[in-house]
Amino acid sequence: MITTLAAYFQYPFVRYAFLVGILIALCSALMGVTLVLKRFSFIGDGLSHVAFGAIAVASVLDIGNEMLFVLPVTVLCAILLLRTGQSAKIKGDAAIAMLSVGALAVGYLLMHLFSTSSNLAGDVCSTLFGSTSILTLTKTEVTLCVVLSAAVVGLFILFYHKIFAVTFDETFARATGIQAGAYNLIIAVIIAVIIVLAMNLVGSLLISALVVFPALSAMRIFRSFLSVTVWAAVISVVCAASGILISILSGTPVGSTIVAVNILAFGLCSLLGRLARR
Amino acid sequence: MLQLICHNLTLGYDGQSVVRGLSFTVSEGDYLCIVGENGSGKSTLMKAVLGLLPPMEGTIAYGEGLSRGQIGYLPQQTLVQKDFPASVWEIVLSGFEGRRKFRPFHTAEEKAAARKNLERLGLAGFEKRCYRDLSGGQQQRVLLARALCATEKILVLDEPVTGLDPVVTAELYELISDLNQKYGVTIVMISHDLEAAVGRASHILHIGEDIFFGSRQAFLQSPCSRRLFREGGRA
Repeated sequence: MITTLAAYFQYPFVRYAFLVGILIALCSALMGVTLVLKRFSFIGDGLSHVAFGAIAVASVLDIGNEMLFVLPVTVLCAILLLRTGQSAKIKGDAAIAMLSVGALAVGYLLMHLFSTSSNLAGDVCSTLFGSTSILTLTKTEVTLCVVLSAAVVGLFILFYHKIFAVTFDETFARATGIQAGAYNLIIAVIIAVIIVLAMNLVGSLLISALVVFPALSAMRIFRSFLSVTVWAAVISVVCAASGILISILSGTPVGSTIVAVNILAFGLCSLLGRLARR
Repeated sequence: MLQLICHNLTLGYDGQSVVRGLSFTVSEGDYLCIVGENGSGKSTLMKAVLGLLPPMEGTIAYGEGLSRGQIGYLPQQTLVQKDFPASVWEIVLSGFEGRRKFRPFHTAEEKAAARKNLERLGLAGFEKRCYRDLSGGQQQRVLLARALCATEKILVLDEPVTGLDPVVTAELYELISDLNQKYGVTIVMISHDLEAAVGRASHILHIGEDIFFGSRQAFLQSPCSRRLFREGGRA
């Protein structure tokens, strides 16, 4: 088994996929804790559908580097969604639902109407479930991913205490002079960046799993914000790494394998948490 | 020394006013209770005082050494907090965030101050405990300690005893009076509980149909208080 893996890891694209997978898992878990606690679990889902729509538009308009179009559009939608959370005529969850299915439908419609590809169903399927795109990453994409991940982790560490304050009690944070709006904006931008990065790994339908599962798993067992955050990151990275290895060895799709491992980890953590509480 | 001067305030949302023509002042060391019927605008007033809602008319001025964002606040508990995985220590330290600006770590002084505030509220040794495992009264005391980390000068409390049993309620009122008398912390408290409010406060602000602002003695002799007590002591 190890020799098989060693053989695979001689190919640069496998090493890239592994590196990118771990970085994305790390970033998504860090932000996942905040999102779950702020009751925004579905924002990942909504934004990923927006990103799908944006990819469709980009391919119709024949924009060479999709990232340059998809990233700003997703960031913009993230800002809009998190803003409406506070003072909206349409409440947060409804806004997310509307935007997400809307983008999905329009995206597919556009692809259907204007696509030049002969294998439309295959294209759509790989965008939604990320079946192979992680193995076709170019060096530029990998570099971009490394830089953005480093920025996400850096921002998170720098603003860790502020993010905690805003997550735990936004009203108190505002009353004591924290620019809660600005931090919500930072959170929204980081989320959008993670989503766009993660589309390569697991595809747009499965991104929420990367955001939600590690945080929830860690919350079953740990009882302080710091330990939950650290362990969510650890669980996420371990799950992503083993998911990628399993999928290489057994030829299963990368995204769904990673999510399946995450589900197992969640079950295990729930069990441990229950035992510990006895 | 005056800490808070509200002059001729009109407050509301989306062009609809809830409170009109409200003027009152809070001095250092006061214990002001804000009472009034549901929907009379107590929470709206509180948001305005905290600087979260700009007044439609009138002014809110902060006294010397106090500015917007230097007010300790004990909000009503939200659903999110009920099962939030955080230690008492993390929550209390988060009270300093507003003052810390961009320094990403806590200083030794801040930690010492946080420890002192926990002791004051009878929570020494609770640092590592998980917030969601505490009782309602203990949770309120943790949030009070956090508010004290944000400021030592003035605390704004929004119905602090909601959902607590009578014994814990009495304890919490006692603690708040202590902070006021022993440490000179100014208290501004929204309350449903007219009797408890009048029993402990130095000043009363009643908002609603008839606005009253004055000392406790003046309130007890006012027609406003006679009407409220006749209606059963709850306002």
